Amino acid sequence: MCLAVPGKVLGIEDRDGTRMATVDFGGVVKEVCLEYLPDLQVGEYAIVHVGFALQRLDEDSARKTLELFETLGLLQEEFGDPWEPAEPDANGRTEQPADAGDGAAAQEAKR
Amino acid sequence: MKYIEEFQDPALARKLLDDIRATVTRPWALMEVCGGQTHTIIRHGIDQLLPDEVELIHGPGCPVCVTPLEVIDKALEIASRPEVIFCSFGDMLRVPGTGRDLFQVRGQGGDVRVVYSPLDALRVAQENPDREVVFFGIGFETTAPPNAMTVYQARRLGIPNFSLLVSHVRVPPAIEAIMRSPSCRVQGFLAAGHVCSVMGTSEYPELAERFRVPIVVTGFEPLDILEGVRRTVQQLERGEHTVENAYPRAVQPEGNPAAQAMLADVFEVTDRAWRGIGVIPASGWRLSSRYREYDAEHRFSVTGIDTREPAECRSGEVLQGLLKPHECEAFGTTCTPRTPLGATMVSSEGACAAYYLYRRLDLEQKTVSREGASVV
Ligand code: SF4
Repeated sequence: MCLAVPGKVLGIEDRDGTRMATVDFGGVVKEVCLEYLPDLQVGEYAIVHVGFALQRLDEDSARKTLELFETLGLLQEEFGDPWEPAEPDANGRTEQPADAGDGAAAQEAKR
Repeated sequence: MKYIEEFQDPALARKLLDDIRATVTRPWALMEVCGGQTHTIIRHGIDQLLPDEVELIHGPGCPVCVTPLEVIDKALEIASRPEVIFCSFGDMLRVPGTGRDLFQVRGQGGDVRVVYSPLDALRVAQENPDREVVFFGIGFETTAPPNAMTVYQARRLGIPNFSLLVSHVRVPPAIEAIMRSPSCRVQGFLAAGHVCSVMGTSEYPELAERFRVPIVVTGFEPLDILEGVRRTVQQLERGEHTVENAYPRAVQPEGNPAAQAMLADVFEVTDRAWRGIGVIPASGWRLSSRYREYDAEHRFSVTGIDTREPAECRSGEVLQGLLKPHECEAFGTTCTPRTPLGATMVSSEGACAAYYLYRRLDLEQKTVSREGASVV
């Protein structure tokens, strides 16, 4: 929940007097409030947390972070069906015993 | 064994690790404050790649984990009311209260909904004028400004059927409480990057000076963590204790002034209980008196709740870095992510869950992953 994800501003509009944007997070598009970064422009990148743009980010580091999150499955975790990751055994993963010595990489490879 | 490939830039990761090895001459204990950082560290085995002298202690920085049981019980009580639509971030649903969780309330007919943003909850309130919509407002300085904005908008748009169940926490008083504890072993802090994106770095120099402890603002990716560790260790070896920003791409020294202004308008600082730790003075926010009508505790006057912690859960010690998750008797036996006893096993940022998902239960692996690292 504390994860903040970089995204790119696709469009900006005023809704009910609030500055809102559509933001692309590596394929997932979400509504984001720009009230805390009022001068953010279309095409720019920002760090977004629970639907709010909190800080500007340059394009290069935003892209790198998004790629990394994609590889690690973190985007799915953040934007996937909210009931799914919270269900006790939605993907069976939670009951998999942690493998001795394998760590993340192997866990990843197994999926 | 490919920890380092996952770092995206193996050459840089190796260089940082070499640098840390070359710098360190004696044992140091560093605390990563944020649960997101704990997750990265365990997932990639960063603690195993580091030289033996550098120990990472997991901090209390998981908002789901530190929300006190009493607040969870209040949430369960409010969510059970027939007139209420209870909205929450997904990771709060399985946090055990006394005897049940929000999932079970939903199974028993409660209208519990998961939202991505607090503004989504406000929209639910607009669409359901005949119901009471309550949003579960937990989290650190990163999450508090969005929630503050939502309350501000509720007032501005005149949405009367929206309220917030607030349990926000602040990092600097937690750092102070950790440093004051007689059993404290922490010699340096990796401060939480996204908290500083909002708050900037001005709250930290005084703490670094008073406790003579280096505080390095650190990001969340594996390379960020290594860079944070490198800078902290450098300071410790040189006998320095300053505040450094190792996450400049997302943190400006002044933070986000608009967000800080909204926090100051909507919230006021208050003492808060942290689950498993106890009350830390000035460590949280509550709605200021100007916004009291949007306070769900006030609106629903939840009282007389019988709150009971499971005795065998030692998450308080885990959250203070006094105990590693696998040292808890219940770890992996009576306590698993499917049947969690404590919030630290529920949340994706909780230390117990991170160990359960990614980590063997013993420490012999250190050697194994070292070999893995050197192969790269
Ligand atoms: S393993 Fe479970 S019971 Fe033990 S401290 Fe962690 S959450 Fe509590």
